[in-house]
Amino acid sequence: MHVEVRGLNKRFGEFQAVSNVEFTIGKGQLIGLLGPSGGGKTSILRMLAGLESPDSGDILFHGRKVNGLPPQERGIGFVFQNYALFKHMTVAQNIAFGLEVKKWPKAKIKERIAELVELTGLVGFEKRYPHQLSGGQRQRVAFARALAPEPQLLLLDEPFAAIDAKIRHELRSWLREMIDRLGITSIFVTHDQDEAIEVADQIMIINKGRLEQKGTPREIYQDPQTPFVASFIGESTLIEDIGQLRGFADAAALGGTKGLVRPEYVEVGRANEFALLSATETGTVSHIHFRGSEWLVEVKIGDIKLTTYRSLEKPALHPGEEVHVLVHRAYLFNETDSWVTENRLKVDPLPVHI
Amino acid sequence: MRKLWISATYVIFALLLGAPIVRIATGAWADGWSGFASGITRPEAQHALLMTGMIVVIVTVINTLFGVMLALYLVRAPWLGKQLRRVLNSIVDLPFAVSPVIGGLMIVLLLGPDTVIGSLLSRSGIDIVYALPGMVIATLFVTFPLIIREVMPVLQEIGDQQEEAAQMLGAYPWTIFWRVTWPSIQWSVVYGVVLTVARTLGEFGAVLVVSGNILFRTQTATTLVYQDVENFNLTAANAVALVLAAGSVALLLFMEWAKSRRAR
Ligand SMILES: Nc1ncnc2c1ncn2[C@@H]1O[C@H](COP(=O)(O)OP(=O)(O)OP(=O)(O)O)[C@@H](O)[C@H]1O
Ligand SMILES: [Mg+2]
Repeated sequence: MHVEVRGLNKRFGEFQAVSNVEFTIGKGQLIGLLGPSGGGKTSILRMLAGLESPDSGDILFHGRKVNGLPPQERGIGFVFQNYALFKHMTVAQNIAFGLEVKKWPKAKIKERIAELVELTGLVGFEKRYPHQLSGGQRQRVAFARALAPEPQLLLLDEPFAAIDAKIRHELRSWLREMIDRLGITSIFVTHDQDEAIEVADQIMIINKGRLEQKGTPREIYQDPQTPFVASFIGESTLIEDIGQLRGFADAAALGGTKGLVRPEYVEVGRANEFALLSATETGTVSHIHFRGSEWLVEVKIGDIKLTTYRSLEKPALHPGEEVHVLVHRAYLFNETDSWVTENRLKVDPLPVHI
Repeated sequence: MRKLWISATYVIFALLLGAPIVRIATGAWADGWSGFASGITRPEAQHALLMTGMIVVIVTVINTLFGVMLALYLVRAPWLGKQLRRVLNSIVDLPFAVSPVIGGLMIVLLLGPDTVIGSLLSRSGIDIVYALPGMVIATLFVTFPLIIREVMPVLQEIGDQQEEAAQMLGAYPWTIFWRVTWPSIQWSVVYGVVLTVARTLGEFGAVLVVSGNILFRTQTATTLVYQDVENFNLTAANAVALVLAAGSVALLLFMEWAKSRRAR
């Protein structure tokens, strides 16, 4: 389903939960809604579903305005955060509910249940009640139930929140695969950046009721449009006076410019590890943490604190050690503008031609 | 020490609850089977039991319908507004706070033959006070909170997510109520109905005030017992009381069963 939202607003009493949200979603796309708690993600989903009516703004499916359409008529599958399974119905009855309501013939319902039970890997659990299932199984029943009436749009509110990391991983690849196979437009809310980056075609960052940015995971990551997005994605460090850092002196020329630096923009090591020492700062290692597959290193340059990762293959660093730090790039912003800058000194200042 | 307390509790309850029933039973059989039989087959007893039965049926039906509906509105209707719902919520508890006799008196004062509404109604041939409608209204007043107070907490506890899920699957309110909400609240409703029936069977004060206790017209089982006692017709009083007590015991057993079903 092609979805378009224009100028969406919603207040709860005095509180503006959603303000002026606009986006378009192409058919068959998987969209990840990401943002801090209380940002308005659930409210947006509920308005799309028709469970909440917007104060102003239009919602269009296939170019047709659906504001007045009740939820029953919208053809949307909704997977609730806590699943909301019908607790007095078996797995099969839960899946059948939407079909019975739509008066499908008995034989077709049976067929569809079998199909979905197969698809969601719930074979053998048809006669169980929700309280006899594990969290992951309940999750899949919720999927199956939402998918049964063949919705054109699937809304998922933190579908994996209550599931442990490993099964979560399996489930989201499974979800991605299934959505690709069925070609359903889907929007899912998550608090897990990795999850969004891994499975979504596009990510929408929602903060304080506003849509901060919409784009592919790569765009969001590499070209954040607002300071909020830059600081929210990844593990950024905010640097008030970015001009202090070697290679970013130009930035200081513009008043009030601040910088955000991500761990992956930073390299630390001993002098012999760098080809271009002139671009590096010297700092001291303040902490190191073992992260399983790498070291997390915290360094201090003057009063600036940066974090970065270091391969386990490289010589180990120790707290208190003097090291060289190369900041490859930074995300800079001021009141009016924001941009990404490379370290100026990295480009050899005095190229020698032989 | 603990054993002593437990046995003391049993003794007190046996004295409080068991002794009166035994006393009623022996009283009813004081003149043997014939005394008991004539006590409950006398025309006035038959009529009184019939009145009580009619009130039980009417009140239970009305109370169940409106009780469930009001509980749903109080819990699930945000459009009613917070303030209004709070007011309604306190009104529901009013009958618990007001003595049934006062409740009956209010009905007489509002709808009695000397009032505007009462005289208007009686001119068009409808008697409220000193007739069945008034007795039903009085009993409704007394039993009004019972079902609502049983159902509301359950509705609050299950939340509205299952109902919203059903909505997303295409179900409209009527279907949602019967297929999703009802299975969750049914045993609480049954429990509330049992309480209503029990309360209606035993209601005395409100009914006495509204009915005027007119023989063969507005006399119920409880007011008949009262009159029999006044007339020193103890065997007959015990016989009718025993029928009421038997009804209560049956209800009690049924209630236990309903409770165990609800707990699932
Ligand atoms: N029914 C309501 N009445 C009043 N305020 C509400 C209501 N629903 C949501 N809000 C408020 O609107 C804001 C947005 O809520 P919403 O549930 O959309 O956030 P969210 O982004 O889904 O957060 P989370 O990630 O924690 O689920 C919150 O501040 C919340 O308190
Ligand atoms: Mg939410």
